[in-house]
Amino acid sequence: MANLFCSSIGKKLIMSISGLFLILFLLFHMSMNVVALISESGYNAICEFLGANWYALAATMVLAAGAVFHMVYAFVLFFNNRKARGSDAYAVTARPKHVEWASQNMLVLGITIGAFLILHLYHFWAKMQLVELQHMMGMHVSEEAMALATDGVHWIRHTFTSPINTILYVIALVAIWFHLTHGFWSALQTLGWNNLKWIKRWQTVSNVVATIICLGFAAVVVVYYIVSIM
Amino acid sequence: MSEKQSLNLTLKVWRQKSPKDKGQFETYSVSNISPDSSFLEMMDVLNEQLITEGKEPVAFDHDCREGICGMCSLYINGHAHGPDEDVTTCQLHMRKFKTGDTITIEPWRSAGFPVIKDLIVDRRAFDKIMAVGGFVSVNTGGVPDGNAIPISKAAADEAMDAASCIGCGACVASCKNGSAMLFVSAKVSQLALLPQGRIEAARRAKNMVAKMDELGFGNCTNTAACEAQCPKNVSIANIARLNREFLCAKLKD
Ligand code: SF4
Ligand code: FES
Repeated sequence: MANLFCSSIGKKLIMSISGLFLILFLLFHMSMNVVALISESGYNAICEFLGANWYALAATMVLAAGAVFHMVYAFVLFFNNRKARGSDAYAVTARPKHVEWASQNMLVLGITIGAFLILHLYHFWAKMQLVELQHMMGMHVSEEAMALATDGVHWIRHTFTSPINTILYVIALVAIWFHLTHGFWSALQTLGWNNLKWIKRWQTVSNVVATIICLGFAAVVVVYYIVSIM
Repeated sequence: MSEKQSLNLTLKVWRQKSPKDKGQFETYSVSNISPDSSFLEMMDVLNEQLITEGKEPVAFDHDCREGICGMCSLYINGHAHGPDEDVTTCQLHMRKFKTGDTITIEPWRSAGFPVIKDLIVDRRAFDKIMAVGGFVSVNTGGVPDGNAIPISKAAADEAMDAASCIGCGACVASCKNGSAMLFVSAKVSQLALLPQGRIEAARRAKNMVAKMDELGFGNCTNTAACEAQCPKNVSIANIARLNREFLCAKLKD
């Protein structure tokens, strides 16, 4: 057990478990967002519930740790793999049939998503939980900022009146879609939870999960943008 | 065979004098190649030609020339074992090419398989992995009755499919991570699926994975390029089994 995480499969286990955890989070986050389409007051109630209280903060910490592990190990594995590939590249390469494009570009997709994450945290988290946190720690926060800290709907409207933000979010969702179509079944494969029959099934489930998550998010982005221009 | 059907080809072949040499591509022309000949027979024609010209023939690995030994190992036009599916280089027919084609021929490339000369690479790493667990220990004594241990048809079939791995290394060569997981998983699976192999299963999985890591092979990212290029169509379902065997063994430690 001790040296499990030094082995190649052990390192991949970290990618797999953190990845599955992040997918669960995305499912939750997406369901929460969709509420904003149904009931704005309902959405704000959730925002208030997930403000700066100990359980929401603890969950945020765990989530951040999951994301950090996923990113750090992505690079650890990437550099290992680059070394294993060797310094001499093939003169001619061809992607064989049946090899998904996403599977060969997970790092690039991941970096795109990571860059988007910074923007996204700036758009929402920095205006909401962070403000409450600063207030709690006795730092100076204006009345107005505090009032808006749990007004999630305000920040959605604010962000998606901008066509640039809308486009950036949609691009990021496409990257997330590709990342998940490979990531989900790949995580189960790494756990050893796969066999001849289930490979195709899990790949289909992957596509369905990725599509549900991304469509859910995209619906909120697009609907709020359209409402803003009407 | 009529003259019309025969192929005239340009070959871009990797030439490298020794493991230390930098190596470079050389371009050769061959003509009058029968579409019915195999890729290696075409290479023989090239070598005959080079010998008559007083040049050094191209070194490449081959032995059985019928797809069972796993020696032939050419990376042809960006594909391990060439463009055809489920065949080794020696089983690849020249009819897969058109006259006038330029064919690029490279050795397997990965840190785990250093080039020895021209198109020959050192695949002894696979032997080292086999030596730490790719076997079933047999005690001396009477010969056991072959029918005494019942094995289900499904398990027997899957074990046979895994056992069809010929250790050619195309999986490593075609993997963007230089990973040997398909090979190791086939070797672990062919025994893990059978009761005779279960006794040493945990030790086998741990030792073979540890050796694979130690020898510098990469980490599988499930692209399945190996499966697509494997001449024996070994499935990545075996990799899931290896992960399972390895993780269970480690958790029990
Ligand atoms: S798994 Fe396939 S590609 Fe890899 S060594 Fe065995 S036969 Fe060759
Ligand atoms: S030479 Fe034996 S498999 Fe090709």
